[in-house]
Amino acid sequence: MALDRWIALIILMICLTYGYTAFFTMDANLAPFMQRRPIWPSTFPKVLAVLSIIAALSILLGFEKSIGGPKEGDINYRRLQDYKIGQAAIILGLMIAYALFLRPAGFLVSTVSFLVIGAFILGERRFFILVPVAVVAAGGIWYLVQEVLGIFLRPWPFFLG
Amino acid sequence: MLDGILTGLSTAFSVTNILMVIGGCLIGTFIGMLPGLGPMSIIAIMIPVAISIGDPSTALILLAGVYYGAVFGGSTSSILINAPGVASTVATSFDGYPMTRAGKAGKALTVAAIASFCGGTIGAILLMIFAPALASVALLFHSAEYFALMVVGLSAIAAFAGSGQVGKALLMTLLGLIMATVGEGALFNAPRFTMGISDLQSGFGFITLAMAMFALPEALYLILDPNRSKTEGASGEIKDLRITKNEAKRIAPVIGRQSIQGFLIGVLPGAGATIASFLGYAVERNIASKEEQAEFGKGSVKGLAAPEAANNAACTGSFVPLLTLGIPGSGTTAILLGALIALNVSPGPRLMVDQPEIFWAVIISMYLGNVILLILNLPLIPYIAKILTVPRTFLIPFILFFTLMGAYIGQNNSTELLILVGFGICATILRFADYPLAPLLIGFILGSMLEDNFTRSMDLYGGLDFILQRPMTMGLLVIAASLVVLPSYRARRARLRQQGVADGD
Repeated sequence: MALDRWIALIILMICLTYGYTAFFTMDANLAPFMQRRPIWPSTFPKVLAVLSIIAALSILLGFEKSIGGPKEGDINYRRLQDYKIGQAAIILGLMIAYALFLRPAGFLVSTVSFLVIGAFILGERRFFILVPVAVVAAGGIWYLVQEVLGIFLRPWPFFLG
Repeated sequence: MLDGILTGLSTAFSVTNILMVIGGCLIGTFIGMLPGLGPMSIIAIMIPVAISIGDPSTALILLAGVYYGAVFGGSTSSILINAPGVASTVATSFDGYPMTRAGKAGKALTVAAIASFCGGTIGAILLMIFAPALASVALLFHSAEYFALMVVGLSAIAAFAGSGQVGKALLMTLLGLIMATVGEGALFNAPRFTMGISDLQSGFGFITLAMAMFALPEALYLILDPNRSKTEGASGEIKDLRITKNEAKRIAPVIGRQSIQGFLIGVLPGAGATIASFLGYAVERNIASKEEQAEFGKGSVKGLAAPEAANNAACTGSFVPLLTLGIPGSGTTAILLGALIALNVSPGPRLMVDQPEIFWAVIISMYLGNVILLILNLPLIPYIAKILTVPRTFLIPFILFFTLMGAYIGQNNSTELLILVGFGICATILRFADYPLAPLLIGFILGSMLEDNFTRSMDLYGGLDFILQRPMTMGLLVIAASLVVLPSYRARRARLRQQGVADGD
């Protein structure tokens, strides 16, 4: 089965769960005065659930024929091993680490590390350019966001206050 | 009216006010380029500065300058790195980014600057002429009509779906609508589909989703396939800023039509620049010739000019209900309303009579703002486009960093970053399987507005009667249906014609 139909199957599962919640569990605790309204919190989700199940089934059962193979310049998922899949996975891991360390490590430390490690993974070895660029960029953005725009961003790790 | 215009001219053309427009446009453009900081946040940040100025005309002129600058700045990040930080520039990335990939970043930015200028200027002229009359028409729009208008907006997905893609586009739209129902809705004080996660109480963030659908998959594609980044951005191609005579001829009618359509949509409270840009794109794609239609989504100048002209004209249009009725038509104008009240100005029908210098100075400053934006931006384009000549080892970490920052600044919540990465991976897989991602985002953006208006109409009419009782709603729904049916009808006709040729007719 082609990837698009597998995805349709997964979306169908999600829609079935969504529909089950909308039809059978959502209205259980509805206040009596709400029950007299012509529309309930579950009304719109019910409509969406039915429509999306139909749409997912139409793709799954192949009612509409997709035309052509992968577009020019697009990535052929059947040959993923030919691409830099390892680099992409490590970068995604780095993004997750950035999300987890942003608060405890502070904006400046985590951002400089993210930019330097990210560029290193992608093959950059000119540290004498990389490190100053990362420091200036992180400092500049921090100054703009915190000092000019007034949005709080803790600059240093939590133990430095 | 002439007296008012003259008063406005003398106020707007004072040295202080000209400097304010220039400053506002510059601040707006540069901050607007950062994904995640849209016009709404920038204006909110600038309010204390504006209030400290004291003079309402000058303050409003500064804020209006920031507004236009931010709208243009938002388009820049859409075009260059496929990271639309504002909903109204999502449609800009459909053709703007493919142009960048084809090495025409400079040209794309020029088309965007000119289309924005024309959209904004035509909008300002229309505002001046029709403001009082349009205000009364806008009041005819009730919840039922807004609901129908949203359905028209969603039907525009027909425009994004090529042949064989309608089902996928519809499924993505529905998925977007489903995602919009997560969290606590405005009309029901109960959290829905949050799975007990408190961070989902307020629903998914728009910017998180926009970054996950566009910027992150693109960055991942650049990592996966290093050859992708080699085609664009060579220094020779950045020189290619000029629009050819032929291109100018093609985009002129598009800009004209979309400026008027965008302005009219902008006038409707609640509709705003986002719907204007999507509808503009959809309409232009539907009425284009078959050859031009095939270019849409692959770097068509028409596809770029349409949403740019429409969203700028709509921004101007959204000032109509604000200045004439005191009703803010969008989030941005709501913040402007707050600023006006803080400055002791009460917008409404009396504003034009009681404080004409403010009313007209703002309108005149719109022309001024547009001219200044064009003068500032055209010479800067080669430098802005140079971003693309940065080596990929530097460019990709920076794109990812701005993507993460965009999601973080808006919500100040690290969970949002994890959601961003999760959705980004899903979006990349969807893209592998050729599912269009734009409809999902459109569904998400319009979802809550659609449900709110549907709920209000159902409440008011006690059921679905509102469709029959309100002719305008019915009319809009018919338009929506035809928007969906038209592409299929065209495809069928083309197929029949081909069969006819094959049969030797």
